[in-house]
Amino acid sequence: MMLLATLDWYSLFFLLFALLTCGFAVGVLFSDNIVHMAFYLTLSLGSCAGLFFLAGAPFVGAMQLMIYVGGTVVLLAFGVMLTANANFSSLRIPRGGWVVSLIVGGLLLVLLLTAALRVESWRTPRDEAVLPLAEVQTATVLGAGLTGVRVDKLHEDDPVTRRGMSGYLLPFVIISVHLLVVLVGAAYMARTRIYRRSASGNPRSRTG
Amino acid sequence: MYLLLAQITVAHYLVVGAVLFVTGVLCMATKRNAIGVLIGIELVLNGANLNFIAFGSKYLRHDTLGFDGQLIALFVIVLAAAEAAVALAIALNFYNNHTTIDVDKAEDLKG
Repeated sequence: MMLLATLDWYSLFFLLFALLTCGFAVGVLFSDNIVHMAFYLTLSLGSCAGLFFLAGAPFVGAMQLMIYVGGTVVLLAFGVMLTANANFSSLRIPRGGWVVSLIVGGLLLVLLLTAALRVESWRTPRDEAVLPLAEVQTATVLGAGLTGVRVDKLHEDDPVTRRGMSGYLLPFVIISVHLLVVLVGAAYMARTRIYRRSASGNPRSRTG
Repeated sequence: MYLLLAQITVAHYLVVGAVLFVTGVLCMATKRNAIGVLIGIELVLNGANLNFIAFGSKYLRHDTLGFDGQLIALFVIVLAAAEAAVALAIALNFYNNHTTIDVDKAEDLKG
């Protein structure tokens, strides 16, 4: 019982979710089967939602679970099913391609890690006592920010920082219109074209 | 190694984001299945999202992005969903026309 009390649960859960996220991302990379890849992507994105919760962004974490894990991955699964073909479900690249891409990827990873660990203020933890995670409420502030009112910045004294409180109404409207256009476009492109019956009476239908 | 023992900071989140980004880029480069490329794009966007959340979190750092990080992360999630829908529609159309989903076979526009 003493051991349980001394454990740092925040770090423990962070390490758990971080390992799951990275591990399943690597699983996506090295898997040949497209169905396995979609499944690993689901698990990786779900663990990433756990990291969002730990960072004090529960609303974004919930949106991640609903839109990504619930929507995008289902979309991907349907894509896999509609294009499933025994010959194409696992397409391999030549061995030389793997070697080159692993070298390039390793270099990119080293670059990003040195950049992430170089900056002193990113490595120093917050000095004050850690706020309780349960008290964080973000949905209202985010919703007000999307409609153009930054309620979290109303009391800024500094006029320079107060300039940042313009909110996100215009990007919100643009994204809404963008989503509508995308939905219409996707439905138009993915639809099945059926041609009229030919003169002989044979139902000639073609997909494409 | 000291990262494992220290208190969780922004750097921890950046490391996870970097791993997600690199695996996503490698996925885009090495997969020949069009849907595999799409999965790689999702991983890259998720890695970027994780960085936005980390820089906006008041639990990790004193002076943060505030709620801007979370708002931008929401925009990224929505745009990723829209992009997945369009890309899958293109992939389905390509499959219907060519009866394959191998991106190496998509060379009709090659000059």
